[in-house]
Formats: sequence, structure tokens, C-alpha cells
Amino acid sequence: MEQLYQISRHCRMDTQGVYRNGEQISVEASPDFASFSKSLYYSLGTSYPKFFKMDNLSKLAWLGAELLLKDEQTTNIAIVLSNRHSSLDTDLKHLATISDNEQYYPSPAIFVYTLPNVCIGEIAIRHNLQTENIFFVSEQFDSQLAVNYSNYLLNTKRAEKVLCGWVDYLQENYKLVLYLVEKTGILAHNLDVVRQLTR
Amino acid sequence: MEELKAELKTKIIEALNLEEVTVDEIEDQAPLFGDGLGLDSIDALELTVLLDKDYGIKVTDPKIGKTIFQSIETLATYISENRTK
Repeated sequence: MEQLYQISRHCRMDTQGVYRNGEQISVEASPDFASFSKSLYYSLGTSYPKFFKMDNLSKLAWLGAELLLKDEQTTNIAIVLSNRHSSLDTDLKHLATISDNEQYYPSPAIFVYTLPNVCIGEIAIRHNLQTENIFFVSEQFDSQLAVNYSNYLLNTKRAEKVLCGWVDYLQENYKLVLYLVEKTGILAHNLDVVRQLTR
Repeated sequence: MEELKAELKTKIIEALNLEEVTVDEIEDQAPLFGDGLGLDSIDALELTVLLDKDYGIKVTDPKIGKTIFQSIETLATYISENRTK
């Protein structure tokens, strides 16, 4: 019989606020993502200077992962993320650095973030995860795929836990939903619950 | 030269997003990489672009880069001797 799993922690972050396990986290109101992300970063009390070098998608993913994994002990955690706009926000910034022949100065620091799965790398570095990971790009969050893929990783013992969810950023519009799947938790890990969390 | 060093510190903080570093904290002789400011390989590339963009200096030889990026002092000296803008 197939093992059933649970969601032990989840978080949500968008322009409406930040929530961890359904409870709103107080963050200083900010007019833009740069100020908001900085406020949330400092409120977490973590010293990680590289945070400020990341692009917005990675900052968003890093903050979400920090909310869920800050006190996590195991490093056997796979990562399954997805979004709609890939790394388009940073792609456009890179384009701006190479559009003018007279001012053709591509920025290496911007260019390295022109792939969506780089945000997985930032999470993995922060939490010492050397595990399976994948990033899907689709119009909407594919709950069925997310549930099946997470179950597969856990059933085949490729990971002890799976950090799964949606992390999307484009020009000040952003949405993140992350949840941690493991053997025990506070919510059932099934299609209905995942749909509810990520809607 | 002192003016150029101060200018470089400001530009480096801005270009490399050193959010938690101030101009006063960067010493002229302190190493930029490793134990000093803790810059990495991407930062080195970003500094190379900065030299080209702001001072008209193209660094194509990695050996020269290693020498001039040692500190603010070495960087300022190289810029003052080789700048074209």
C-alpha cells in the first residue's frame, strides 16, 4: 500500500501579506518589493549578506524557504518549485543592459539569475541541501503534478522531505506558496489540500 | 587619489549590492576578496565591467585582474594610470 504523507508547514507571500501556517506575520508595510523583502529579511534575524545580491525571484524563494526551514534539522529535503513567468523579470533587466550598442555592458551579477531554477540553488546553498530538485514553468500551479512528484520522491526514498510550491515574480507582482511534505504534519498531503493552499 | 578611492568605495558598494557595508568600513589596503570584503568570482566580473564602463579600462588578462583587484589602493592606482575617461 502506498505511503500517505502530510504537510508539516506551509507559507504564503504576496502583496496582501505574509502567512506562515495560516497566521499572518507582521512585516512593516512597504511600497515596493525591495523595501518589503528587506524588512522581512531583517525581521527573520538571519545574517546572510548574499541575500542582497540575489534577484527578486531568488529573494522571494529564499525568504519563503527561510520561513519554513530556518530551524529544520534534516538536510535530506528535495525541492520541487514552479512558476508562470520563469526568470522573465531578470531577463528583462539583462536585456536592458545589452539593448544599447553604445552602452553595451551586460552585468554578470544580473546574468547569473537569468534561469528560474537558480532560486533553488540559493535555497540549497543556504540550507546545505544536496538533493533532488526540479523547476517547472507552467501557466498555473499543477497540483496533480506537484502531489505525484512529491510522493514519488518520498516513496522512492530520494528524499526524507519535499519542499514544494509556487514562486513567481514579475515587475512588483509576486506570489509565493511553499509547503513541506513529510511523514507527519498538520495537513493531509492530497490534491484537494494542495489546491486549497495554492489557489 | 583620495577622491578616487572614496569614489571607488561608493561605486563598489552600489555595484556589488554590499547592503551591510559602509564606505568607512572599507580600508584602502584591506583585501577585496577572501577575508576582506568577501567578494566572489561574479563580483570580480562585475568590477571588470565597472572599470570598462566608468573608466574606459578593459581588463583582458586574468593575471592583471588578480593584481589590481587586491585592494582599493591597487585598484585606484591602476585606474589613475590607465583611465581613458
